[in-house]
Amino acid sequence: MKKFTAVFAASLMASTLASADPVDDTLVVNGDLEIVTRTEAPAAVADVMDEVISGWHFRGVETRAMQADDFDNPGMIFVEQAEDVWNTADGSEGKSCADCHGASEEMAGVRPVYPKWNEDAGEVRTLEMQINDCRENRMGADKWKYTGGDMVNMTALLASVSRGMPMNVAIDGPAQSTWEAGEELYYTRFGQLELACANCHEDNYGNMIRADHLSQGQTNGFPVYRLKNTKLNAVHARFKGCVRDTRAETFAPGSPEFIALELYVASRGNGLSVEGPSVRN
Amino acid sequence: MERKFLMILAFAASTSAVSAAEIAPSSVVYVDGAVETSLTGVPGDPENGRKVVSSKGLGNCIACHEVTDLADVPFQGNIGPMLDGAGDRWSEAELRGIVANAKMMFDGSMMPSFYKTEGYIRAGNAYTGKAADDTLGPLLEAQQIEDVVAYLTTLKD
Ligand code: HEC
Ligand code: HEC
Repeated sequence: MKKFTAVFAASLMASTLASADPVDDTLVVNGDLEIVTRTEAPAAVADVMDEVISGWHFRGVETRAMQADDFDNPGMIFVEQAEDVWNTADGSEGKSCADCHGASEEMAGVRPVYPKWNEDAGEVRTLEMQINDCRENRMGADKWKYTGGDMVNMTALLASVSRGMPMNVAIDGPAQSTWEAGEELYYTRFGQLELACANCHEDNYGNMIRADHLSQGQTNGFPVYRLKNTKLNAVHARFKGCVRDTRAETFAPGSPEFIALELYVASRGNGLSVEGPSVRN
Repeated sequence: MERKFLMILAFAASTSAVSAAEIAPSSVVYVDGAVETSLTGVPGDPENGRKVVSSKGLGNCIACHEVTDLADVPFQGNIGPMLDGAGDRWSEAELRGIVANAKMMFDGSMMPSFYKTEGYIRAGNAYTGKAADDTLGPLLEAQQIEDVVAYLTTLKD
């Protein structure tokens, strides 16, 4: 009992010294596109948190400002590059994405529901998997590398046309077992540091781990332009880094584990607006 | 003559590498989370412990804890309690237990176990993202644990 009070008192002290709550601010892109960056927790996580919060609230004032204007958002350069690719024929069928789908804006509403169960394939698919399926089977073109430049740029284009729409992945029906596998991974303490996603992003968001201000680790902002490596980062690349940082043997981008984890983590952010390409440090 | 000298040197090197008194990670005895016996029998060096606590490549304790005595080291985290006064709150044996394997003292603690080599899920080879091989050692050496404990006992209010 005595030990417990000592620890408790000490942690109270620590939290008053370096409290680092999410910043109180609102995100409006280009002066008119309102982004929901905090909202009531979806049912799947309502027992562990009241509110879900975008990673945007945990970044500094300049980083936040960059995301509020497309001219300042370096991620938008890659969206423009992907727009060209969208309209360019490739592969043995001589077709472009636009030949089947029309203008890229027609894809508004796609990003928020991925990862998504695909009935014909009998599997949960990420956006990347669906893009590669189109390339291989409809265009007769080579698959793109899962986290390569062409792929991440295309996911940025598809995210950008859905900006402001709420994340809304389905977790019931045939997707449920994949979602459960993702949940299991989220709470598994991996690596020699024995840390689960939940240790950092559920139990300690708002706190500092060395120089890093921990967010809820939401995926609504992906792909993310990181000032640290000055490029767009795919969500599985981020997962890979987070698992590696627990001194663990990490999983590969595109692996069944990361597909399941992406569905689960995305569901924890249902209700937050799509922000990609967002800006983070 | 020369040969004898070399033999003595070789012997000295091997004894210091595997000190007879050193307790292996799997043999440490925890009683209510505390470890009574020194892991090495060699008194800890608080100066070196201070270094282990603050270095990113060693204990990196300040990733999670603030320590006023280390105010010169930037970016201290606040995941765990502040360590000021830890030497008043805890005995040496309790501190040794906390640093060696905090989960013995605090059930389910987020604090990593610094003197342990077994029971991991997908242990990696440091921060490479690759699997660990059979050379996987504890996060800190036995003497480094003793040094950290010696440093923590100096943290009095
Ligand atoms: C040791 C702590 C730690 C663990 C464990 C950890 N992360 Fe992270 N994660 C971070 C840090 C630090 C950042 C960068 C700051 C932030 O956004 O929280 C981050 C960022 C993220 C982001 C980007 C959020 C954004 O808005 O840009 C996602 C997504 C994420 N983590 C998911 C995960 C998942 C999934 C796991 C488990 C497989 C995990 N993390 C495990 C520390 C951790
Ligand atoms: C990843 C986070 C993390 C790291 C790294 C870490 N700790 Fe801790 N530590 C904690 C937490 C959390 C607690 C609180 C106990 C609990 O409830 O789990 C704690 C508790 C303690 C306590 C007892 C708290 C008190 O009353 O003062 C001591 C002493 C301590 N840690 C020392 C260390 C030392 C020394 C290191 C490095 C060799 C270290 N810690 C590394 C998270 C961490």
